Amino acid sequence: MTKHETDEATGVDTTGHEWDGIKELNNPLPRWWLWCLYLTIIWGIGYMIAYPAWPMISGATKGVLGYSTRGEVAAEISRFEQQNADLRESLTQVDLSLLKDDPDLQRFAYANGAAVFRTNCSQCHGSGAAGGLGYPNLLDDDWLWGGAIQDIAYSIDHGIRNETDADAHWSQMPAYGEVLSSDEIDSAVQYVLQLSGGEFDVEMASAGAVIFEEQCSACHGADGKGSRDVGAPNLTDAIWLYGSDTAALTETVTNARFGVMPAWGQRLTRSDINAVAAYVHGLGGGE
Amino acid sequence: MGFLDKHQILERSPTLLLVATFAVVSVGGIVEIAPLFYLENTIEKVEGMRPYSPLELTGRDIYVREGCYTCHSQMIRPMRDEVERYGHYSLAAESMYDHPFQWGSKRTGPDVARVGGRYSDAWHVDHLNDPQSVVPESIMPKYAFLGRTPIDGEFVQDLLETHRIVGVPYTDEMIANAQADFIVQADPDGDWDAMVERYPKAVVSNFDSAPGVTEMDALVAYLQMLGTLVDFSTFTPDESR
Repeated sequence: MTKHETDEATGVDTTGHEWDGIKELNNPLPRWWLWCLYLTIIWGIGYMIAYPAWPMISGATKGVLGYSTRGEVAAEISRFEQQNADLRESLTQVDLSLLKDDPDLQRFAYANGAAVFRTNCSQCHGSGAAGGLGYPNLLDDDWLWGGAIQDIAYSIDHGIRNETDADAHWSQMPAYGEVLSSDEIDSAVQYVLQLSGGEFDVEMASAGAVIFEEQCSACHGADGKGSRDVGAPNLTDAIWLYGSDTAALTETVTNARFGVMPAWGQRLTRSDINAVAAYVHGLGGGE
Repeated sequence: MGFLDKHQILERSPTLLLVATFAVVSVGGIVEIAPLFYLENTIEKVEGMRPYSPLELTGRDIYVREGCYTCHSQMIRPMRDEVERYGHYSLAAESMYDHPFQWGSKRTGPDVARVGGRYSDAWHVDHLNDPQSVVPESIMPKYAFLGRTPIDGEFVQDLLETHRIVGVPYTDEMIANAQADFIVQADPDGDWDAMVERYPKAVVSNFDSAPGVTEMDALVAYLQMLGTLVDFSTFTPDESR
């Protein structure tokens, strides 16, 4: 047992512990500290009354404030939606070709469209919309399916070559590896290089011209300028989705390459689609 | 101050102090942890949630093995900015077949709880092979070796059985067909009707566009499923949460 005694100088009891002649006084906790403790206990009781707290048989006590995380997020989302409700409604109804006549709405569409683009489109088309190998650049004026604002909105709405929307743009180049011999493909590639102004083998290209006329011109056109009706790329410009060197072109002709774009109409609202169409149209290449 | 002096009784007996401390700490456990096991609204009832298909479950194992969770969360919090960016906030039911759950705690990359169906299979393959080819500012490492690692699902049946032991409701039929289902999910030309019947909404695709099943197929199958199972048209949020 420890020995308790009263310290003579202060009149306070000691704890009975002693180290090398030094004894510890058993002073009470400071009043301010104790009051803070009592206040937190009182605050805790108030919190339990105000907010959801105690678990019961099938749920928790709901608290008198009726607070709910889910209610809060729903309220906040609807608050922002209502703030822009008029603009969104106008943007849903707007005839996109006339959007440029309504500067306020156009400004809203650009800002909203930029946010939609960053969230949903930038992963493939790049955060600056410059695309990448296999993912079209949206800044240039080369459009496979049309670059007018309504055409862009249609492509976003229904997507390209997806299986979820019956109205999606659809075109599929045959894999010519199954149709032509590799010599014929090599010749056709040389002719395509000639069309696009690259370096080419004159002899092979003239043989390729015949093959192009028979196999390719139906979609890409006799002059190789492509057709938006079938989404066939223009082969005479310097814009290439999968690369423009001989190896890349041979791979494209042999195995046929094509991308897929989701039908965003199934995920985004009409006003979001119009907004992002306006944004993409305004990036520089819009027609 | 008579009552307040009574703490000396506890303080001067180590055994009594230990017992009392334990009693106080268990209140925390009883109030905060125990109710989660019996409260009906811990995991709300939703339609569409199902155990993962064998290929998805294998993809999930690869996700865990590669430590994807250290940079990607699978937990959309109920906040406006997250809901607008990623979609509906995550529900407890959506991780009820996860052992262990993949909520994560850090977002160096974006949340992937609802990444399913958002991008094409080809995008996922491009992105895993070389993330910078599609997202130049990305700092994600390359996972091209996944596409070079064939897998045959030899042990996938055992994997399903293990998950059944910890409570995932795999049926005998699912377990018996595990390896066949594993292979057919990556083969759109195969006979996958029965597999999709067992695992509704399962995406059947040759995910990596190469013959055979690779780790790439499994991981992309898992990613394309994430967040797509629950039918939110029949879901009413319980406001008390």
